[in-house]
Amino acid sequence: MSNSIKLTYQVSDDDFTRAGEASSNVKSKLKMMNVPPDAIRKVAISMYEGEINMVIHANGGTITVEISKDCITMVLADKGPGIKNIEQAMQAGFSTAPDNIRTLGFGAGMGLPNMKKYSDEMDIQTEIGVGTTVTMKVYIQ
Amino acid sequence: MKISELTAKNLFATVNDGGNGDTEITKPFACDLLSFAMSKASSGCAWFTVMGNVNTIAVSVLADCACIVLCEGAELDEVATQKAQQQNVTVYRTDMPVFDAALMLYKEMQ
Ligand SMILES: Nc1ncnc2c1ncn2[C@@H]1O[C@H](COP(=O)(O)OP(=O)(O)OP(=O)(O)O)[C@@H](O)[C@H]1O
Ligand SMILES: [Mg+2]
Repeated sequence: MSNSIKLTYQVSDDDFTRAGEASSNVKSKLKMMNVPPDAIRKVAISMYEGEINMVIHANGGTITVEISKDCITMVLADKGPGIKNIEQAMQAGFSTAPDNIRTLGFGAGMGLPNMKKYSDEMDIQTEIGVGTTVTMKVYIQ
Repeated sequence: MKISELTAKNLFATVNDGGNGDTEITKPFACDLLSFAMSKASSGCAWFTVMGNVNTIAVSVLADCACIVLCEGAELDEVATQKAQQQNVTVYRTDMPVFDAALMLYKEMQ
C-alpha cells in the first residue's frame, strides 16, 4: 500500500515498568493522525494485551505496526516457549500466569479473548520452544 | 462532574494531579483485573481499584479513564507515581472499600 507508516518496537522481558509503552506510543500516533476513536480503542486494547503477553509469557520480542489508510496491522513476534494448546489458551479464564504476576492484576485469562474480540482479524502461529507470532488487523472505515 | 470539581469536593485525597481538570467524568467503574478493566472501562470513567502499580496507569491511559481512585488505603508505588506524573494521570486515594467509594461518587454525580 502506498504511503503507509511502519513502526518497530523492541519489547524487553520482565520489564513491567515499561510495559504498555509500545501500545501507548502507537495510540498517541494514531490520535495525531486523526484515526477514528473506535479504531484507536480497538488497536490500544488488542496491542496492549499482546504486548503484555510477550513480557509475561515470552521474555519479550518485537512488534511491528503498519498504518495504512484503511487498515492497521500489528505483528507481535517472540522467541518464547510457544503455546501448547491454542484453543485452550483462547478460552476466557485460562491462564498460566504465576502468582507474582497475578498480584499485579494480570492473569484473568482474558488477554487473548480481548485480542480476538477487538481486532478484526487475528492469526496465531506458534511452535513449542521456538516462539509465537500473533498478527492482528484493525480496519479503519 | 468535572475532575476539578471532584478534586475540590475533597471526597478523596489527591495523589497526583494530572492537569486534566476540565475532563468530564462519565461514570464510576470498578475492577481490579487488568484485562477486564482494559476492555470494560469506558472512556471518561473514574476507575476504582486497589491496584496501585504501573500497569494500572498504563491501562488507564489506554482506556482513556478520567481518573483513578485507589481504595482500601492502597498506595501508588514509586514507579507508578512517576508514570502517573509523566502521563498526566489524575490519581486519588481513600481508605474506603471500592463499592462504598464508587457509590459515594455515583451519588455525588446525581
Ligand atoms: N506470547 C505467548 N507465548 C507463550 N504463551 C502465551 C503467549 N500468549 C499467551 N500465552 C499463553 O496463553 C494463556 C492465556 O493468555 P491470556 O492473555 O488470555 O491470559 P493471561 O495473559 O494469562 O492473563 P490476562 O491476559 O488476563 O492478564 C497464558 O496464560 C499463556 O499460558
Ligand atoms: Mg494476557
